[in-house]
This record gives sequence, structure tokens and C-alpha cells, in this order.
Amino acid sequence: MGMTLAEKIISQHAGKNVKAGEIALVNVDVCLTQDGTGPLAIRQLQKIDLEKAANPKSTVLFIDHAAPSPRSELSNDHITIRKFAEKTGACLSDVGEGVCHQIIAESYLKPGDILIGADSHTCTGGALCAFSTGMGSTDVAIGIALGKTWLRVPETFKIEVSGEFKKGVYAKDLILHLIGKIGADGATYKALEFCGETIENMNMSSRLTLANMAVEAGAKAGLIASDKTTKKFLKEYGREKDFKAIKADNDAEYEKVIKIDASKLVPIVSFPHTVDNTKTVDQAKGIEVDQIFIGTCTNGRLEDLEIFANIVKGKRKHSKTRLIVVPASKRVFLDALDKGIIKTLVDFGAAVLAPGCGPCVGVHEGILGDGEICLSTMNRNFKGRMGNPKGFIYLASPATCAVASVLGEIADPRRFVNKANSKSKKTK
Amino acid sequence: MLLTGKAWKFGDNISTDLIAPGRLFHLRSNLPELAKHVLEDADPEFAKKVQVGDFVVGGNNFGLGSSREHAPTIIKLAGVSAVLAKSFARIFYRNAINVGLPVLICDTDKIKNGDELEVDLEKGTVVNKITGDVLKFAPLPKAMIRILNDGGLLAHIQKYGDFKID
Ligand code: SF4
Repeated sequence: MGMTLAEKIISQHAGKNVKAGEIALVNVDVCLTQDGTGPLAIRQLQKIDLEKAANPKSTVLFIDHAAPSPRSELSNDHITIRKFAEKTGACLSDVGEGVCHQIIAESYLKPGDILIGADSHTCTGGALCAFSTGMGSTDVAIGIALGKTWLRVPETFKIEVSGEFKKGVYAKDLILHLIGKIGADGATYKALEFCGETIENMNMSSRLTLANMAVEAGAKAGLIASDKTTKKFLKEYGREKDFKAIKADNDAEYEKVIKIDASKLVPIVSFPHTVDNTKTVDQAKGIEVDQIFIGTCTNGRLEDLEIFANIVKGKRKHSKTRLIVVPASKRVFLDALDKGIIKTLVDFGAAVLAPGCGPCVGVHEGILGDGEICLSTMNRNFKGRMGNPKGFIYLASPATCAVASVLGEIADPRRFVNKANSKSKKTK
Repeated sequence: MLLTGKAWKFGDNISTDLIAPGRLFHLRSNLPELAKHVLEDADPEFAKKVQVGDFVVGGNNFGLGSSREHAPTIIKLAGVSAVLAKSFARIFYRNAINVGLPVLICDTDKIKNGDELEVDLEKGTVVNKITGDVLKFAPLPKAMIRILNDGGLLAHIQKYGDFKID
């Protein structure tokens, strides 16, 4: 019997063939922590006198969630992280570098790797066909020190996508649609494997958006076969030699197959306070928005900023809506500067902040006021997520956010999207 | 082991943002202080009123969201002896075991806020002393029983110097 992507990658790291449901001890290639989880991981290792990194060159400690630090307590946490990096030789990604998952994809992860990260959206790395999964601080701490972890091999849902997206509909709408359909716990403990012609034709930026949100359906991983698009992405970042083609076997066993026709999808909006509370953009029409946030590991890449900028170029931001833009990484920021995108955004009225998580986790840089509504490209809209349980967060694609920032309320982006945008989706 | 205490009932989809809010990010290195706010955004009274030994009882998908291990850690620090739910999000479940907090999957529709419960971890039963209902919970995976019995993942690694889960 053939293997799914998850079974293949885990088997290679377990030194034997394992199937869904089995427990495997595996070597870990890449480990990550961020500033909300790293200090606890470090303290755990200190407690048992195991302050070391088995693979320092692929252990990456990020300072991205509260960067630059808004409070002395957090500045002290950052000191703990920097000291640990210095002591163990682990890599440090400090203030201004960007969001962990984006940088892991740009600079560290290879197809076929196992990545464990003390951040739930570690599943983003699945877009590069690396088995990438989020765990807690202690699990990742032990992974850092010993270079291994244990995994239950997940069953896989095959998500087969065919057809071409209509203008104004994007990977973000696809993943929100899927989560709405199967529910926020629809894939708990499972791996999602995205495949089909739509995925094969999809650029890496959009693939990262899909894999990123696998956890919002409860999944342990969101995987995509590595192919020429993966190779092209690695080449862009000077890492062509890291490429390896991996695909699932034709006779692999899937727990479930879900087929989606991308050409039938419409723009989707997730309503507060759960990601699976999805509605079509028509049902959200007219909702007035106080704050718009473009960024995060979900949609803070060049493609996203470009889609946004193409829609708002030459227009004026609605006076009652404020706009926060946070490029996902330094590289994204520089590329967006080169292309004139940042100028367009600042002209339009955006507050562009340093690469990082920005206001995503509610610690700084855009905390909502009581009763305020935020429309965002982020991946999560839980109560309290943006620092105030009395705020309301709606999730959508960069294009839907762009239109709302012009009109001051949610509206269907399909009328506004020009040809340049739909073309940039298909190439790459 | 027999655990007894009162049930604190919560609904479906209790996220780690509700358990350990992001706006208290700066308290993550001060867990006793963070524990004073545990579940605050789901029930502002909970942290003040919970008694040592009590149970947190959720519905579906308890602990979804962020990987923050601080969430199960502060539930435990608040004195809670176990979390019962119809289902758990994966990372929370694993974190809870790692920090030595029992997490039990059972039909929590049969439990009301304030019910007195008696949990037998070995037998896998929850007795509702108010209604007399006896609920069964599924045993933990073997690897997790080993880690929980050792007192959590850190103690497990300290004991063996490695994973010893088979
Ligand atoms: S951008 Fe948001 S979701 Fe992504 S890692 Fe940062 S806080 Fe988490």
C-alpha cells in the first residue's frame, strides 16, 4: 500500500515505514520558537540542565510577536532569548527580520524535512512539502536539545482542488471556504494534503496561505507535494540545492477525499469569533470597518501587498477606516519598496510597520477599542485576539480588505479587481 | 487516583486566547501572576472563585488556537485537577499531558455548572455525585500515559535522558 506525504516524510525520519495511527520517534531537522513561547522553552531546559541545541544551525529563535518590545517585561524575555542563542549557537531572528513562518520558508526549510515549532502556525512549512507542526514550549525545547520528538502519524484528508479561480477570488477564500465547510475541529489530529490542478498551478505565496491555515481546522499539518514551483521558490531565495521532488503515492490511503471546484468559489468572510463562522462576501456587505490590518504569516507576502496596492492605487482611504500594513519579512518589505508598493500604500494612508506579527496577537501596534471592528488578512478571529475581548475581528483576503479600506465597509472585491491582479495570480 | 471537586462549565471552542489572553503577553514569564487571569475572557469570575481540586469542563474543541503551553500550565497552577471535554484541540491536549494536567474526553453534556464530580483516572470514570450519572472516558494513548505518570515531559526526559515511550 502506498504512502501519503505525511507517512513518507515521517517514515524517512523514523528509520522504518510507519502508517497512520502509529507512534514514531523521529529526528527533527528544524526547530523554531518565538518570543511568546521561547522563554518558557529555555527555562524548561535550564531546569533540567540541558541548555543546548542538537542542531544549532537549524534551530531558530524568533523575536517577532512583540517586536520591537512594547514593555520592559517583554524586553527581558528578549534578553533571555538572545542569551540562549549566544550560549548554544542557535540562530537568532531579531526585531525587524519578520514573522517566524515566513523566514523559515525563505531561509531554512527544505522539502522532506520535519519542522517542529512552538507556534501553532508552524504548519505553514507544509507548503514546501516539509512535515511541519506546532507544539508547546516543552516539546520544542526537548526537540531543540535532543534533536528528536515523538509523533503520532496522522491520517490524511486529501483536498483535491480543480478549476481556475474567478477574478477577485484567492487562495485565502479557498481555505476559509474549506474551514467553514468542515469546521474548526473538522480535521483535528489529521493531516491535510492539498492537490489537484489548481494547487499545481498555484504560486508558493498562495500555497503558504493554504498550509498556514490548516491548523484552523484542527489539523496537525497541511502538506503540498514539492514540484517545479517549490524549486523556483527555493531558487529565488538562493537555495535551489535544497530542492527535492516529493509526491504522495498514487495508491496512498486517505481517510477522506474532499473535492473543491475553485471556479465556483466566491470571496469569503469569517465572522467573529471563530474562523469557521464563514459567510459569502455578499452576506457581509455594508459592515462598517474601523481598522484594517494587512499582514501576518497568512497574507503578509509581496503578492498580498501587491494585490492590495493594485486595488487602492490612485484612490483615497476612507476617512473613518485606519489601515495598518505589516510586511511578513524584511525581504518582503525590501521587494515591496523596490516595486513602489510601499509608496502607494503610504500615499493611500497606510501606517506601515516593521516586519513582524504586528497587531495579530493583541500585544501592541493596533489593539482594538471597545466595540470596534477590524477586517484583517490574519488567520484567527477569536475573542480577545487583538488585545480586547470587546473587539470584533473579521477575516478575508487582501483584495476584500483593499476594497473595504476604500469604501469604509465590506463589499465584494470582484468588481474592483483589474486584469493585472488576476494575471499575477496565475504566473509564477 | 481519585479526584474530587466542582465542575466549572464552559462552552464549545474555548481558545487559548480565552484561557491566557494575548493582551497579557507580558505576564508569560510570570506564571503565578498570569494564573490570576486564567479563563478571564470566558468567565471573569472563574480565577477568583475556583477551588483547588475543581474541574474545568468544556464542550467541543477545547483549547483550540495558539500553541501557548502557558494555557494548560495556568489552569493547573490555578488548582484545577483535570479538564474534561467532548474533544480537545491537538496542541492543547499534548501540552496538557506534558505539563502533567490530566485531560479527559467524555460526554460533558451530562455535567452542569457546579456539579460535584469524582474522577477515577485508573478506572476511566467520572461520577456525577449530583445526578448519579457515571461517564466513561477513553484511555490516553500509551505514550502519553508514560509521560503523565512520570509527572510530565520534563520529568520524563530527566528520568531517562531520552524519550522512553514504547
Ligand atoms: S503573524 Fe499572527 S498568526 Fe502568524 S505567527 Fe505572528 S502572531 Fe502568529
